[in-house]
Amino acid sequence: MSGSARTLARTRVRSAWLFLAPTLLVLAAVAGWPLLRTVWFSFTDADLADISSDRFIGLANYLEHDQGEWYGVLADPQWWGAAWRTIWFAGVSVSLETVLGMVVALALNVRFRLRGLLRAAILVPWAIPTVVSAKMWGWMLNDQFGVINHLLMGLHLIDQPVAWTASPTLAMWAVVMVDVWKATPFMALLILAALQMLPTDCYEAGRVDGIHPVRMFFRVTLPLMAPALGVAVLFRTLDALRVFDLIYVLTSNSNSSMSMAVYARQQLVDFQEVGYGSAASTLLFLVIVMLTLSALALTRWRADGEGRA
Amino acid sequence: MKARITAARLLGRIGFMLLMLAIIGFALFPFYYALVSSFRSGGELFQPALWPEHFDLRNYAQIFTQQAFGRSLLNSLAVAAAVVGASLVLSVGAAYALGRVRFRGRGALLLTVLGVSMFPQVAVLSGLFELIRALGLYDTLPGLMLANMLLTLPFTVWVLTTFMRELPKELEEAAFVDGASPLRMIWRVFLPLLWPAMVPTGLLAFIVAWNEFLFAFTFALSPDVRTVPVAIALLGGGSAQELPWGPIMAASVVVTLPVIALVLLFQRKLVAGLMAGAVKG
Repeated sequence: MSGSARTLARTRVRSAWLFLAPTLLVLAAVAGWPLLRTVWFSFTDADLADISSDRFIGLANYLEHDQGEWYGVLADPQWWGAAWRTIWFAGVSVSLETVLGMVVALALNVRFRLRGLLRAAILVPWAIPTVVSAKMWGWMLNDQFGVINHLLMGLHLIDQPVAWTASPTLAMWAVVMVDVWKATPFMALLILAALQMLPTDCYEAGRVDGIHPVRMFFRVTLPLMAPALGVAVLFRTLDALRVFDLIYVLTSNSNSSMSMAVYARQQLVDFQEVGYGSAASTLLFLVIVMLTLSALALTRWRADGEGRA
Repeated sequence: MKARITAARLLGRIGFMLLMLAIIGFALFPFYYALVSSFRSGGELFQPALWPEHFDLRNYAQIFTQQAFGRSLLNSLAVAAAVVGASLVLSVGAAYALGRVRFRGRGALLLTVLGVSMFPQVAVLSGLFELIRALGLYDTLPGLMLANMLLTLPFTVWVLTTFMRELPKELEEAAFVDGASPLRMIWRVFLPLLWPAMVPTGLLAFIVAWNEFLFAFTFALSPDVRTVPVAIALLGGGSAQELPWGPIMAASVVVTLPVIALVLLFQRKLVAGLMAGAVKG
């Protein structure tokens, strides 16, 4: 009996690998292999016109010292500008989305007359293609004919039209606003999921003791939700760090508002510098990997600390 | 004293409702304004208006006659449908293996799948470019479909696996005693139970593929293989003159309407699906 059970288990494992094989094959083809090739290209002088005639040039795409001058991605002020801008963007937009998402999630968690409408309404920005959102907002923020300048001038808040998407500093705030508009629903739904998993008995105890709801939120809800909130923030941050469509379309691919992904694609496709562009892509990938690993390490460290306490 | 408390509560309730109305307005206004703008053309566009005064369909006629926008819509539909179909078929098998069978390396595989969904698209761009060109699929729809699998497959595998794992353990035991093959078992036992999870998962994957821009903009640029996001991004983008905002808004409304209709139609399932994927993740 146990012998036949063991054969049964073995056939099950064999068939499991058989069912997994196509998925693993596709993932290897579209993710694993291309990633390895990108890392390899970053050490070569490949160009787009003839991608296979690559020559190994070591770290020259990253950093190279030649005749008293530094070359490579890491010596390019534009790369560093793009890197800090992307990190600033991720920090600001994800913070705003977390706070606003929390407000929407708390609202969706209670019964009130507009709840159904609110849930439907917040799904709309999330579902609209990013390119389309960028165009819609680009039109609303248009310096000459945009409705936002029109309304603000009508309210006498500004005297003359503002060039929202052309000025380097304002453009990044415009990008943040559109991203908040688009990504807050996702954040709200993740937070709502976490809210609905919370045990209700703490709340009843709190209510019996007459604790103020705001105090309850900061002392009970927030600490209980911290792990789920952390995951949601991590997901959104990784998403924000690879921002491409929104910035590319809204700010018309201008150099003063490039993100890391826009910089990498420009080198790769527009300038045909596959080696150099791959080096930039690899750096972006490393930033994302390091952030993920440090987030994981942080949660493990905190879990250990709590376990000991 | 009592009157003051109820007054404060009433004020609080009014404040809450106003905040909710502001959020709803903020969420919906850009689409509404695009709709209003799409009915205006020529000089009218230079006068911002909050209400549609008349329904001028010239912009809509223009995108379909002058820009081959219909072709782009069909391309987008073909790519999204193929990607969703392939992702679901592959991930049902993978979810069975990862969710129902114990074997060494399962946890590592699940983590890998999750890790792939975190990949920045640009990190695989040059490698995928080489692969797609080597396969002779550059500037074709199948090439774009292949690239899009990177965005949908990890997600569908992940969600369906978490769903599979929740199903009762007795399900396949009876089938195994009857000597059913695993393929037959997936088909007869699991597929009927998986439908409720496959609808929102497929819908979310569809939205991802329908909205994808970077791959389409790199691998399929010629006019007859362009997808909708690329077509909209390139609409009048070449000229130094003011962009043709009327047609752009009309095109935006046309691509957005089907997605909004789908989302509103499947609202509850979609929210449940999104939250299920999130909680387990």
